[in-house]
Amino acid sequence: MTPAQLLHPTPKGLYCPPGDFYIDPVTAVPRALVTHGHADHARAGHGAVWATRQTLDIMAIRYGSDHCRQPMPTEWRDKVKLNGVTISFWPAGHVLGSAQILVQYQDLQIVVSGDYKRGNDPTCAAYEAVETERPIDVFITEATFALPVFRHPAPEDEIAKLLRSVDQFPQRTHLVGVYALGKAQRVIGLLRRAGYDETIYIHGALEKLCSYYIDQGIELGDLQSATLDKGQKDSFAGKIVLGPPSAFVDRWGRRFADPISCFASGWMQIRQRAKQRGVELPLILSDHCDWDELLVTIKELNPREVWVTHGRDDALIRWCELNQIKARPLNLVGYEEENE
Amino acid sequence: MKTFAQLLDRLVLTPSRNAKLQLLRDYFATTPDPDRGIALAALTGRLDIASVKPAMLRGLMAERMDDTLFRLSYDYVGDLAETIALVWDPQPTDATQDNEPASLSTIVESLQMAGKTQAMSILTGWLDRLDASGRYALLKLLTGGLRIGVSARLAKLALADYGKIDVTSIEELWHGQEVPFTALFAWLSGKSPKPTQTAAAPFRPVMLANALVEADREKLDAALYAAEWKWDGIRLQATSEAGVKRLYSRTGDDVGRAFPDLLEAMDFEGSIDGELLVAKPGSESVLEVGSFGDLQQRLNRKTVSKKLLASHPVFLRAYDLLEEGGENLRHLPFLERRKRLEKFVSQLESSRFDLSPMIDFGTWDQLAEQRANPPHVAIEGVMIKQWDSVYQPGRPKGPWFKWKRDPMLIDAVLMYAQRGHGKRSSYYSDYTFGVWTEDGALVPVGKAYFGFTDDELKQIDKYVRENTVDRFGPVRSVIARPDFGLVFEVAFEGLNRSKRHKSGVAMRFPRISRLRWDKPPGEADTLNSLEKLIS
Repeated sequence: MTPAQLLHPTPKGLYCPPGDFYIDPVTAVPRALVTHGHADHARAGHGAVWATRQTLDIMAIRYGSDHCRQPMPTEWRDKVKLNGVTISFWPAGHVLGSAQILVQYQDLQIVVSGDYKRGNDPTCAAYEAVETERPIDVFITEATFALPVFRHPAPEDEIAKLLRSVDQFPQRTHLVGVYALGKAQRVIGLLRRAGYDETIYIHGALEKLCSYYIDQGIELGDLQSATLDKGQKDSFAGKIVLGPPSAFVDRWGRRFADPISCFASGWMQIRQRAKQRGVELPLILSDHCDWDELLVTIKELNPREVWVTHGRDDALIRWCELNQIKARPLNLVGYEEENE
Repeated sequence: MKTFAQLLDRLVLTPSRNAKLQLLRDYFATTPDPDRGIALAALTGRLDIASVKPAMLRGLMAERMDDTLFRLSYDYVGDLAETIALVWDPQPTDATQDNEPASLSTIVESLQMAGKTQAMSILTGWLDRLDASGRYALLKLLTGGLRIGVSARLAKLALADYGKIDVTSIEELWHGQEVPFTALFAWLSGKSPKPTQTAAAPFRPVMLANALVEADREKLDAALYAAEWKWDGIRLQATSEAGVKRLYSRTGDDVGRAFPDLLEAMDFEGSIDGELLVAKPGSESVLEVGSFGDLQQRLNRKTVSKKLLASHPVFLRAYDLLEEGGENLRHLPFLERRKRLEKFVSQLESSRFDLSPMIDFGTWDQLAEQRANPPHVAIEGVMIKQWDSVYQPGRPKGPWFKWKRDPMLIDAVLMYAQRGHGKRSSYYSDYTFGVWTEDGALVPVGKAYFGFTDDELKQIDKYVRENTVDRFGPVRSVIARPDFGLVFEVAFEGLNRSKRHKSGVAMRFPRISRLRWDKPPGEADTLNSLEKLIS
């Protein structure tokens, strides 16, 4: 059997014929393996879903407890057999509960990375390299930030940038645009680590997931919802408010005193991109690997082949060519650029 | 270097003028000499260092990185300095080597001493030692032109803010101060007295007028005031002293290079305040003024062709005399200065200098009538000056007034609305409006983003959201039919022909003067009626 017979792209997502399951399918299927809870990877309406307990919880928060017929929580690194195909979940360091999936069948070993990152994040289990007895045949990697221009700076420095601005402009509100799952909690966690112990205000869309993180034992300090009693426009001056970026450019954003719009995203590395979005203070904080981390991971795993899923595959494939690693694009459809 | 890089990063993305001022002021207050002075020079276009050409940088990258990967990166980012700053893979540095580019002054000094090939190797060393944001700042500095949305004027305002003085004092001293402006900063930080102006032909801060409000006029005694036309050109100060000839804009920028024809004709010792205008060629004895559109041909050019010098000659219409043969006239009353000016100008080259004529009037009503019927299209109103007023820098209240002609008005239909920036980013606040063509279509004729109150902005925003037809990123097109749409009364100062605009016309200084909720869009103006207003 060839690797492509074990796993190959279909319009519904990556499909494994011998195991009869999809990984992160974009439409409802009878049997799904889900790497993490972001909406483009985790959809509602599947039959059975194998995922980590936390990912299943997050899906239930987002879609309701009946988001699938049969949740199949799996423990880290536990081997589960599906029609003779062995699967196991390994920490990916992307968001709470996020996993890479190792698929083993006969002699074949395939690692599906899902989304992953290697940088410091106090709010989820750190990335862990998959361990196998045999060499890895295929590493299927994401490539969201697979260009040499993406070199994420230290998260601590980005948070320091935010805190410096709060100091310099105490009369203004700092509105930080964040994705509700993962980025929000990471920014809060990093602020707390940097010693910021004031109340942080959050948009309603962030509340359930923040509460879930706290239930899971992640310290986020004092959070309040960013609601406003009439006639208190200045009550957020000098404060940090988190919310989905779309809310800030909408009418919701008007309640704040002379806001500075900030956006926590890997895309913020490119000035023009920040400018186009009207972001005044870009915070380069990404939940994906940057260029260097992608290369390090490929070198460490040393797979026979690299398949590249969504993102900027041409640069990563070019790099593999230069380093005599066999590589090809998978052209999977349906996955969005983070937060666009 | 790190603080300068942080400053650039913030300035690039800060839309608000006040926030920019604060960032600059804080930088000047916390950065030591000579670095803050070098930064100031860089921001105001006065930093003179051997520049690095983009081709040299591309060559450098070709040696260090795979071509394809660099091209993919550059295509994505779109800016060479930024691409290199981001993709640069620092080589391990030798810690004993002492060339950390910690300060702007080290950078400037080392480059001034180095030759061209040496400069590249020094640059490589620095790029290895800086972080991405520092590399970006360095490359922007060396390739010239920071382009970060900060004008020299804004930098001077921030300086004035920092020293808690009036910006005219900065403008007055500006051309006599050498980079890195140590004496200037010492004065602004209160450590030493104001530096004396030692340069020849310095800028003299300009006196400006307040707009005349109707209520004020009734209180003023017409007999105490002189009146002259307000010409629609560029206010300029022509100073020639001890062989140094300069043309200054009203904010003290040296703009002489764009007007060599005028500069050449400055055969005098003194300083004239006047209006730069374009003459129709061949109008030698009495200068005939061209339109503002003609004058625009001569603005913002690095070099001027002979052809343009012949077809669009400039001249100065003199308003005032500030200095004559080393004698300061600014403390004299206007009446006295005017007499001296008349004599002074009569001795100058008549195709380049003439006198702004005075308007004869007895009562304000008589003046109002003249104002309503100006003898030339290049007149935008009248200036009223107290006969005994001394020439004071800035905009003192009382001695001088400008009484502008009423703006032109048209009724136009809202077509597109765009999201604003900063404070207004949640509002659709930038409006494109159009008028009807003969075949019954709307053609856009202008864009305006002020003139309405905050309450009106809320109403328009609501209207835009409820009547959107289509969206293109931050822009929405709204319903605009003869029977349904929103009509704006748009005020503007003039209309020029324009090849760049689809309608063929371009408005000067358009703003929304009234919301015409009551008016059916079908009754808004037509392109035909607009074209009749072209000056």
